[in-house]
Amino acid sequence: MTTTAPAPGTPVVYKDPVRQALARRRARRNALVGMASLIGFVVVVAAFVASTPGWPVVQETFFSPEQFADSFAGLLEAFWLNVRIFLVAEPLILVFSLVIALVRTLKAPIFLPLRVMATVFVDVFRGVPTILVIFLLGFGVPALRLQGVPTSPVFWGTTALVLSYSAYVAEVFRAGIGSVHPSQRMAARSLGLSTFQTNRYVVLPQAIRNVVPPLLNDFISLQKDTALVAVLGPIEILRQAQIDASSSFNYTPYVAAAVIFLALTIPMTRFADWIQARMARRQRAGGVA
Amino acid sequence: MTGGSDPTLLTARGIWKSFDDHSVLRGLDLDVARHQAVVLIGASGSGKSTLLRCINGLETVDAGTIVLDGDLDVTDPSVDLDTVRRRIGIVFQSYNLFPHMTVLDNVTLAPRKVVGTSVAQARDEARALLARFGLDAKADEYPDRLSGGQAQRVAIVRALAMQPELMLFDEITSALDPLLVGEVLDAVRELKSGGLTIVMATHEMGFAREVADRVCFLSDGMVLEQGPPDQLFNDPRLPQTREFLARVLA
Repeated sequence: MTTTAPAPGTPVVYKDPVRQALARRRARRNALVGMASLIGFVVVVAAFVASTPGWPVVQETFFSPEQFADSFAGLLEAFWLNVRIFLVAEPLILVFSLVIALVRTLKAPIFLPLRVMATVFVDVFRGVPTILVIFLLGFGVPALRLQGVPTSPVFWGTTALVLSYSAYVAEVFRAGIGSVHPSQRMAARSLGLSTFQTNRYVVLPQAIRNVVPPLLNDFISLQKDTALVAVLGPIEILRQAQIDASSSFNYTPYVAAAVIFLALTIPMTRFADWIQARMARRQRAGGVA
Repeated sequence: MTGGSDPTLLTARGIWKSFDDHSVLRGLDLDVARHQAVVLIGASGSGKSTLLRCINGLETVDAGTIVLDGDLDVTDPSVDLDTVRRRIGIVFQSYNLFPHMTVLDNVTLAPRKVVGTSVAQARDEARALLARFGLDAKADEYPDRLSGGQAQRVAIVRALAMQPELMLFDEITSALDPLLVGEVLDAVRELKSGGLTIVMATHEMGFAREVADRVCFLSDGMVLEQGPPDQLFNDPRLPQTREFLARVLA
């Protein structure tokens, strides 16, 4: 405190300008040193890699600019199918998994069959590899040649993703419901709210808020796993990359596909991190529950 | 709100309650007269909180009956507990406000969803109640912006908004900074002067002496001794009561 500090009790934030300036200088210097260190490191590593004898072959095989330019437009077009699969699957997953998680919290004996079904569903689809479910539905169901049942590989691939992910996300929701302190339920019940009203107005809003970071994590995972539908044959991005690569004996199209995925998943990951950090800050600021 | 002629609002008879093999209430009897404030005192673990929770139906008793206003048996296994809880309000030590709602929404939730009051009316009534307890400026704040004393007063208003016939307070000042206890006790005084029937578990002996019409000393799951505060605090009959008071008033 210097003598210029305002009188106590006045409702203003006061910070010593000398200390402020010092802190700003220090922050600037830290940023500069960090940036210089990073650039130096990248230059050294790049120079080393480029000087190795095998580098020209590696570059031609994986990072050929011509191959990249040739396949990029086609990959991007094929990627639109992945995006559509994701956009259809994600809302369905959210609805199904929330219903499954809620069913598993029902305690009344009359609901036992529902509860058993939900538990078996989660156990089965969480325990079986997603790609196996895709094979089973995508090749198996059309083979039955049932009247009126779709045979589209995209339809069955998406269905398989929805089933598999619903099992995972249901567990995320269930953890969220479990994270709401029992005293909240007790307070709601003590006011006369029914079990349903307690869930709807008190428990679920808090539960969902608590699981936003893990939910976003599963979103990112689903964006990548849309590529698994490739095994059924539809021309999505991975399949397109495979076609391009096998016609030119060059792996650059795979790298291009990876870049396209990253363009979507990295922003999403940063967004998830940002949400998580914001929630942690809020919790520190005032965690009265 | 029937049978207003009978001066007794709540009658508890022979209440037993155990958790696993630990008996908390052991054949407890309690009568609460209309418009009176009954204060429960006793060591931690003497069964004060458990008794309040049984009265509200948050715990089921192992034996005994608790009858409200001569017509509603809380302990009847077939009773509609939502009805019980509309008529008996409870406020907890840890406030338990809903953190994702504003103060106003905390207060109006139950009137709107349980009673079916219109949003506009519920809000008007809630604002009036908040103003009565000096909280009008906090209506649109979230609970994490409130001090402990404010939060607890909001919890009282929230319970009050259901217009209960009987209000239960479960050590509502125990989690508070000593500086904030006063404002919450003021709220209880205000309710008492408004004629609300109150059963309150507390460690605030000075307040018990001031506000109680009757003080009940709980020990070993029973009401060991009860009487007007002057008699119980100044001239306790039982050595257990004397010993307890000597310890807490020391």
